Formats: sequence, structure tokens, C-alpha cells
Amino acid sequence: MDDEKQILFAGFGGQGVLSMGQFLAYAAMNDGKQVSWVPSYGAEMRGGTANCLVTISSEEIYSPLTEHPLMAVVLNQPSLDKFEALIKPHGWLVINSSMVDRDSERTDLTVLKIPVNELAEEMDNARGANMILLGAYLEKTGVVRAEDAVQHFEAVYKGKKEIIIQKNREAFLAGVEWAKKNW
Amino acid sequence: MAIVFKRPESLTDAKFHYCPGCTHGIIHRLVAECLDEMNIREKAVGICPVGCSVLAYEYFNCDMLEAAHGRAPAIATAIKRLKPECYLFTYQGDGDLASIGMGEIVHASVRGEKISVFFINNTLYGMTGGQMAPTTLLGQVATTCPYGRKVENEGYPVKMAELLAGNEGSAYISRVAINSPANVVKAKRAIKKAFETQAKGLGFSMVEILSTCPTNWGLNPVDAMKWMEDNMIPYYPLGEFKVKEEE
Amino acid sequence: MNKVLMKGNEALAEGAILAGCWGFFGYPITPSSEIAEYMARKLPKIGGIFVQAESELAAINMVYGGASTGERVMTASSGPGLSLKQEGISFIAEAELPCLIVNVSRGGPGLGGIQPSQGDYFQATRGGGHGDYHTMVLAPASTQEMMDFAILGYDLADRYRIPVIIMAEGTLGNLMEPVIVRDEVTSFTEKPWAISGCQGRKPNIINTLHMTADVLEERNRHLFNKYKEIEMNEKRAETFMVEDADIVVVAFGLLARVIKRSVIDARKNGVKAGLIRPITLWPFPDEHIKAVTETCKVLLSMEISMGQMIQDIRLAAEGRVPVEFYGRIGFLPNPEELTRGIIDVAERKGL
Repeated sequence: MDDEKQILFAGFGGQGVLSMGQFLAYAAMNDGKQVSWVPSYGAEMRGGTANCLVTISSEEIYSPLTEHPLMAVVLNQPSLDKFEALIKPHGWLVINSSMVDRDSERTDLTVLKIPVNELAEEMDNARGANMILLGAYLEKTGVVRAEDAVQHFEAVYKGKKEIIIQKNREAFLAGVEWAKKNW
Repeated sequence: MAIVFKRPESLTDAKFHYCPGCTHGIIHRLVAECLDEMNIREKAVGICPVGCSVLAYEYFNCDMLEAAHGRAPAIATAIKRLKPECYLFTYQGDGDLASIGMGEIVHASVRGEKISVFFINNTLYGMTGGQMAPTTLLGQVATTCPYGRKVENEGYPVKMAELLAGNEGSAYISRVAINSPANVVKAKRAIKKAFETQAKGLGFSMVEILSTCPTNWGLNPVDAMKWMEDNMIPYYPLGEFKVKEEE
Repeated sequence: MNKVLMKGNEALAEGAILAGCWGFFGYPITPSSEIAEYMARKLPKIGGIFVQAESELAAINMVYGGASTGERVMTASSGPGLSLKQEGISFIAEAELPCLIVNVSRGGPGLGGIQPSQGDYFQATRGGGHGDYHTMVLAPASTQEMMDFAILGYDLADRYRIPVIIMAEGTLGNLMEPVIVRDEVTSFTEKPWAISGCQGRKPNIINTLHMTADVLEERNRHLFNKYKEIEMNEKRAETFMVEDADIVVVAFGLLARVIKRSVIDARKNGVKAGLIRPITLWPFPDEHIKAVTETCKVLLSMEISMGQMIQDIRLAAEGRVPVEFYGRIGFLPNPEELTRGIIDVAERKGL
């Protein structure tokens, strides 16, 4: 339980928030960790944002839920407004600065900002924004090593067209590179 | 000595509990004769209803299941789907089939379930003492329409054969009456045709069988037959309403 | 070991298929529809039967018919649908037909909401329909248990000729976790009572009508003798840190698992807490409760309802210790909130 990490992904429906969480859960499972993934639940369900919570631990996970995640990855302004105050003291906040106008009001957090929508447009891969963000996030935090995670695209996207897998992998790797340069 | 008449093998030795003059006994026998003649007794599964024929599982000499009120077609659906080699028949009255079980019968027909339904229409709830059924005729007195059925209050009697014939899933729909030897012969032909329709896998089959209820109609058996001819057959015309041929 | 990341509803459906489920009859309702959708995709591919019924009533009666053939069949629904199914469940219980019924429950009464709930506890554990009867009720707490209890459920259903209800809720249905995929079940109980044509034997009759009082009483006594046997053999519960606990929480389902974390956190705050998680809601594991009343000072029932299981806990405790209650409606509380709930009760009781 001591190394248990709970990571919240939040944004508008359609931003790929749920699949970011699922990808991370899958990668962590293949890393030999206990994992759980749970979509929007409880009081947080109300208010137009989609979110999911991933728990990663080297021991049995008791609670797949929490009031206070260690890390929050927010893809839009309402998610920042809603979850910023809930992050654990000295936790992490990753912000999609393409969709968020303000800075974090918390001073104890490690705050990382990345303009993923612009980056995705530059790559002509608008739907890949979530994977750019995930790649950058993993590269910086090491929750799962990015070079391990990238191995799982085929398995996670099993049954999808090769071009889709390809585009997602490219986006993920672009995020990794961006993080290396900017964070 | 040659045997010219005997109890069908598809009936048990149990004595019918039906009232004198009731036509359930005749219909049971017709169904059993068809099972015998088609040699399908050992593959048959019958579903009995709630109503006068609730005890039909004691009379038919094949696998039987006693259903909740109106649900026989849903039960038959599952058994036929899981055991397609079986011959499924439901035996239902008008309260069971046309009132509380309207949803189940319509959707079994819509889905074209390969089951055979024998629908006994005697215009009221017999077993529970003569309450109004969806098939009670206009003006007819029943214990829950003691002043006679009125359009303003109870609406029109439902014509199940016509209603189900409109569904694509229905392969054979007919209406017969148990009021004369000739019509009994026709009824048997229809019952057999229903089973044959099932054998060919053509779809849903139903035979609506106009029947008497001397007890609740307050008539003797002969007058009951006459009442059926004078009142029921004009409103519920006999004949075949849907006959799907093999392609 | 073959670990696959699965959602709870999928794991349950896959577990049922591994157990030999050959027929699914259902009606769509949130949050259980994923089970029907999974079955609609999978069953036809392996030769099984999937029928979307026209109503919950039809669906449960298809289960009645399907189970009468001796095949393993199931349905899944949620609160309002389970209410409609009660007629059929009463018939199935009396006809002693094995089947699996899943309640991915949601909040009520009425249309209520689609959020997690445990408010169908009474309905599931008291029979639910008309007449004297019980169904067995299993309450999984993980995606793995969703799969395992589908398999266990069929085993119990066949062994005791009884409908088995699996009580889950929407969060567990959507919870994605690694699941060890179990082996396919290959040995099945003989079912000489089944109806599928009487070739080579006397006709079988599936019937629930008993017109004479003595036969009816005999039938009820027969059922209750069976229930007694089930109560003797099949009560299941998980206990967690109860040995030295002053306050023992009783909770079921995913909620109970979340409370494990609260138990640990309460202990970090100086409150010696423990947990009993009933796995069978019927038969209720009253001996587990009774046993901890020897050592604990208070029992605390935590439920996603206004308090239903608490009645069974009180019956089991037989007044030896006070039984407190903490309930929320419409969502699964976070562990932090539940920890506060435990600590509050401990403080009020001077523990």
C-alpha cells in the first residue's frame, strides 16, 4: 500500500480521458503491478466532465476510489476548477494548457503544463492529443516507464486498424520527446 | 376384434376435471391425436396456462410445464431455442393469452418463434368464475361487467387471430370452432397444420379455438353450442388468416 | 497465469460462459446492459442462445423455460427490472430450477437513479416475490469475484436446485481490473428432472401448483429443509483485522473492499477497527458476526441504503453489542469519508 498511486484523468467527454486511464492501467499491469481503473463515479459524476481514476500498487488494492488522488491530469478548465483543491498535498497536477487559461492556485504541487491540442494540430493528429499528454506524463513521472508503455499499443488497440495504432503511437512518442525537451 | 377407437397415447389415464359440456376435453384429444399421428409425443413439450386448463399437465402424456398467467409463449420460446428438436405447444385461454399475456403472445409471433399455440376462446375467465375477458362480446354479461360489456367502458372484444396474422413472424394463423362434427374435424386439421408449420420451421403458429363455457354462460351444453354459433362465430369468423408456404 | 484487464460486467459474463451458460434472456436496463451486450456478442459465436425479451417479465419466464431444459441459463437486470422479475423468480424457486440472476443494482425507490445502490438487499434476501422462499445471494467485491461468483453461482444453483442472485452495482460493473481467467467448467450435474421430450422415459412435469393444503405444506417444508441445509453449508464471509478490533464494520460488495482501506486508516488514527464482509447475503453469515461480539465493543453497518442489512446484523448480534449505522444514497463513498464515519462512531462510543 505504501507505494500506491492514484491518478485522476479528467476532461470533456470525447477528449479520450477514459482511454488514457485504461492505457495506463494496462501498461502498469504488464509492469507487474496491481491496478484498477474506474470511470466517473459518485458526486464527481455531476457537472459535465468525464473522468476516471487509476490506482497502481505493488500490493493488493483495497480502494479503487479516493477523495484525494496523488496526481491529476486535467484536459480542460472545468476539471481543473473541480479537482485542483482535492489533489493530495505535494501531489502532481498536469494541465493541458491548450484548454486551460489560468495557473494553479496551489503552491505545494508539482505543476506541469503542456499545450497538447496545438501539438496535436502541428502533427495533423487532432485525435492524438490525449496520447501526447500521456506520453509526456509518463516520461516525466515514470509511473510506468514510457519506453515500456509504448510496447503495449498493439495489445491495447487489438482489433483496431493499423493506421490508428500507428497514429496513437506517434502521438505518444511525440509527447515523450516534448517532455524531455520542456520539462 | 379390431380396435376402432381408443384413448390416444398422448393422453394420460387421468380423468378430465372439466365441466359437463365444456369443449376442453375435445380439444385436448385433438391435440393428443395429432401428437400421436405425427409420432412426436416423445419430442413434445407442452406449456399449460393459468385458467381452466391449468391442470393440463396431468392430462397430456408428454413433458409438461405449468406457467405463470400469460407467460407460456416466453417459456416456450426459451425451450424451443435451447432444444430446437422439441415440438413446443402452449395451451392458453383468453384471459391468459389475450389479457395478461398479450405482450408475450404478440412478441413470440413478432419474433416468429417456432412454437404452436392453441388458444381457447370461450369469451370469459372460466376457472375464476366468469369474469370479463378481452374476448367477451359486446352486451355479454360477465361477473365484472354485470350490465353487459359496453364499448364506452370496456372497449371492443379483441380478435387475436386477425391481430397476430398481421405479424411477419406468423406462419400459420387460423380460427376454428368446436360446435359440430364437421368443425371438429376442421379444428383437428388446423392443429395438425400448426404442428406441421413448426416441423417445417416456417415460424409462429396459432389456432384460435372457439369454445363453450356452459357453466359460466348459464346454458345447457346444447344451448351453449347454439349460443356460440349465433353470437361468437359472426364476430369471430372462422378460417385461415395466414398460411405461409415453404419457400 | 493469464491475466486480462476486464470490466466487472464483462468478467461476470465471461465467467458465466466459462461455467457453461448456454442461454441469456434479458431486457436492457442501465447499469446492467453491458452484460447483455457481451452475451449478445459472444453466445451466438459458440452456438449458445441470446434473446432480447420484450419485457423483464418475459425475460425471467424465458429463464424459467430455459432452466427447465437443464441448460445453464441466466438473466441480468437492475432494480426496476428485478421488481418485475419477482413473479418469475417465485415460480423458479418453487419449481426448484437452477439459474443465475444478476442484479447490477441502482438506487430506488421508483425509477430512482442509475448510481450505485445496495437498496435491493431486502428484495434479494427475503425472497422478493410472493410466497415462502429464498434465493441464494452472492455479493462480489472485485472484478475477479465477478467472474468467480458466476462460476460458483452456477455450481451452487445446480447443487441445490435454487436460483442464485449475484448482487453487484454499477461501479463494480464498470471497475476494470486484471482478472485471472478461469478454466472452462467441464463436469456438470445430471438433471433427470429436466424437460426436453420424454424419449425413453416417463414424462417430466415442471409445476408449482398444489391445490391441497397438505401437499402445499409439504412442498414448503421440503423447500425449507433445503434452505436449512444451505444455511448449514454455505454461509460465507471474509474477515479483516477483526481479532483485536473494538469496532467491527459490516459491509458487502465493493463498498466493503473500500472499507478495508478505511479500517487501516482508522487504525492509523488510533481506532482499532475491523471488517466483516458477508459474501453470501443469503444465507447471511450470522456466526461470523456472533463470533466477533465476544471481543468487539460495537458493530457498525455501512451500506449504500437507508439501512437494510443492519437488521440481519442485529439479529446475529442478539443484543450483545450495540449496532450502529452509516449509510449514503446514490454513490459509493470514498474511503476517506468512510474512515471519518468509523472514527465518529468510535468517538461517540468512547473507544
